[in-house]
Amino acid sequence: MSSNSQNGRPLLEAEHVIKYFPIKRGILIQREVAQVHAVDDVSLEVRSGETLGLVGESGCGKSTLGRCFVRLYPLTDGQIVFDGQDISKLSRRQLRPLRRELQMIFQDPYASLNPRKRVGSIVGAPLQIHGIGDRGQRKRQVQELLEKVGLSPEHYNRYPHEFSGGQRQRIGVARALALRPKLVVADEPVSALDVSIQAQVINLLADLQEDFDLTYVFIAHDLGVVRHVSDRIAVMYLGKIVEISPAEELYERPIMPYTEALLSAVPIPDPRESAARERIVLEGDVPSPINPPSGCRFHPRCRYATDVCTQIEPPLVDYGNGHLAACHHPLNVDKETLARVSVDERRTPAEADEAAKPTQPARPAG
Amino acid sequence: MAEPLLEVKDLKVSFRTEDGLVRAVDGISFTVDEGEVVGIVGESGSGKSVTMMSVMRLINDPNAIYEGEILYKGRNLMGVSQDAMREVRGEEIAMIFQDPMTSLNPVYTIGWQIEEQLNEHNDLKKGQARRRAMQLLSQVGIPKPEQRIDDYPHQFSGGMRQRVMIALALSCNPDLLIADEPTTALDVTIQAQILELIQNLKSEFGSAVALITHDLGVVADIADRILVMYAGRIVEQGDKEQIFYDPQHPYTWGLLGSIARLDRPKARRLTAIAGQPPSLINRPKGCSFRPRCPQAFDRCRAEDPQLTAKVGEGHLDACHLSVEDKRARRDATINPRLADTA
Repeated sequence: MSSNSQNGRPLLEAEHVIKYFPIKRGILIQREVAQVHAVDDVSLEVRSGETLGLVGESGCGKSTLGRCFVRLYPLTDGQIVFDGQDISKLSRRQLRPLRRELQMIFQDPYASLNPRKRVGSIVGAPLQIHGIGDRGQRKRQVQELLEKVGLSPEHYNRYPHEFSGGQRQRIGVARALALRPKLVVADEPVSALDVSIQAQVINLLADLQEDFDLTYVFIAHDLGVVRHVSDRIAVMYLGKIVEISPAEELYERPIMPYTEALLSAVPIPDPRESAARERIVLEGDVPSPINPPSGCRFHPRCRYATDVCTQIEPPLVDYGNGHLAACHHPLNVDKETLARVSVDERRTPAEADEAAKPTQPARPAG
Repeated sequence: MAEPLLEVKDLKVSFRTEDGLVRAVDGISFTVDEGEVVGIVGESGSGKSVTMMSVMRLINDPNAIYEGEILYKGRNLMGVSQDAMREVRGEEIAMIFQDPMTSLNPVYTIGWQIEEQLNEHNDLKKGQARRRAMQLLSQVGIPKPEQRIDDYPHQFSGGMRQRVMIALALSCNPDLLIADEPTTALDVTIQAQILELIQNLKSEFGSAVALITHDLGVVADIADRILVMYAGRIVEQGDKEQIFYDPQHPYTWGLLGSIARLDRPKARRLTAIAGQPPSLINRPKGCSFRPRCPQAFDRCRAEDPQLTAKVGEGHLDACHLSVEDKRARRDATINPRLADTA
C-alpha cells in the first residue's frame, strides 16, 4: 500500500514466539493429552508504516500469530516487543493502555458486531472505555469516523443488521481506528465479501493507512489481495514461517516450493494465460498440527522432497535483499547466491542429502 | 444443434415480504447444452442461486411466486409434482452446495449416505451399492476409500467433504450438475484441486455443469459460456473468450477490475464498483446498474436496456452505450496495460 516501507524502524518484534493449545481429556480431572502446535518458534518484525502480509492455508497458524501480536492470546513462550516495550508478559490491566495502539479487524462482519448495539455505541465503545471526551465529543468523533470509512453520519443510530457485508466491515474498520492505533492486525478482512466489495474495502484500507499513518499486519489466504496491499509478505505453513520477502520479489521468484504452489493455485481471470501456465496442484491437505511431520513440515506434499527433507528441519536462510526462506532445495536462486549463503553443507541437493545424514541442522547464515 | 438440455424461458421468481414484493429473479432466459460448462457470475443477491434452486424446485417458501418455464429435455419442470421431482433430482440433475460442512448429515457415515442415494434411484443389492460407493469415492480422489467409507463427515476436512458431496451428486450419473459456489469456503490450494476434479469429471461422466460463483477467476479455466447476472437479470452473456476479451457491460468491467491480479503488474488502485447492489423491492427506474455505473447517461435513467446481441452471435448485453463508445471507455477504464501502470 504505502511506499515508505524503507523507513524501517521496527514497530513490533516477535522473537521465538510459540503458541500451543492444550488438548484435554476427562470430565472432572482434565489431563492434557496433546498439544496443537499452532505457532511454533516464529521470529519476525513489523516495521513502522509498512503492511506485512501473512499468508497460508487454513490451520497454518496465521490468525493465531496475529492474535498473539495484539496479545489476545497469552504466549506459550517467546517475546513480543511493541514500540520498545516487552508486552509478552503483561497482565490484562497492564495491557489496557496498549490496546489504544494495537487494534484488530476481524474476518466475519456478521459475527464481530453486537447485533443489539447501535452503530454509534459500537464504534464509540473504545472511546468510552478509555474515557476519551464527553458524550457530545464522542458522538462527533464517531460521526467523523463513519464518514472517513465511507458511511454516512446518519448511520449513527442504526443497527448492524441494516447494513450489507461490505458496510459492516466498514463499521469494524471505524471501530478499530477510533483510538488512532499505530498497529492494526486485519485478520482476513475481505475474504467474506464479494469480489467487487473486496476492492472497495481494500482501497479504503489503503487510504486510511495514508491518512492515519498506520502499520498493518494483513492476514489472508488470497495471494492476489495480499500482493496488492503488502510491502513485505511472510508465508506460513503449519506454525512456521517458511518464506519472508519483499512483496514483488516473492511473486517474481519464490524460493520455497510451497510458495510456488500457492502462487500457481490462484485462479487467473484470463482464459488464455490461465491455460498456458503450469499449475502445481498440491496433493492432499495440510497435515495435523498436533503431530507435525518430521524435518521440513512441507515434505509430504512437496514435489522436490528428498531424504534430507524428511529428517532435518531447514533453517530460515537469508538470500539477500530481505528475502528469507527455509528450504533444502531452494528454487530461483543462482549459483553465486547459493555459494554465498552456504558456508556449510547446503550446496547441491545431493551433497546436502549426503552431508545431512550424520548430525545437526545448519545454523542460519543470515 | 440439437435441443438444449436445459432451457429457462423468462423465469421470474418473487417473494412476498412485509416490505413488499422482492423480485429476486426478474425475467431471465438461458440455455445449457449437453456436456457444456456454464458459469453464472454475480454478486450476492443477484439471483444466481435462486435461479438454480428454482431449476431444482428446491424453494419451498409459500411466499414464493413463479412465472416462466423451465424446460429440461423438453419437459416443463414447473408443473411437475414434488414426487416426480424427486426422481429428477439426483438422476437427472444434481446439485452441490457452497458449504460442505452443513450439507452432509453428521449422524450417518458417508458410505451410508451414498448408498442411500444409490438405493433410492436404482435396484441394487447391498454389496453392489457399497462397491459402487467405494468406486465413486476413489473417482473423486479420496485416498483409501475402503477405510474412509465408514467415517463420519466430521472426520473429513473441508476439501474432502466437498469431494464427498461431488461423489454423492455423481452417484446416479446426472446429465446436469449444478455447483453453487463449490469452492468459496475453501483454500486456494484446495480450490484448485476441486476445480480440476470438476473438469476431469466433466470429461469422464459427460455431465453438463452450471457453476455459480462471484469470482470470474474461478470460471476462466473451466467454463465454456458465461452469464453475468445483476439484480435478478442477465446483463451480459457470451462464450468465455467474448466475456474475458471483449466484455460489453460496464458491470462486467467492474467485476474484472475488482480482482487483484497476479498475472499483471501491481495496480496502484483496484477499480472497485462503487456503492451497493440495489434493493430488489424498489428497483431503480431504467437500468438497474445505473446508480453505480460511471458511464451512465440520460437514456439509462429513462429506459430499461434489453438484452440483445450487438457484437456477435451469442454475445448478448443489456447496455445503452454504442459498441464503439463502450470499447473506447472500457479500454480507458480497465484496459490492463493502460490502467496498471498508472
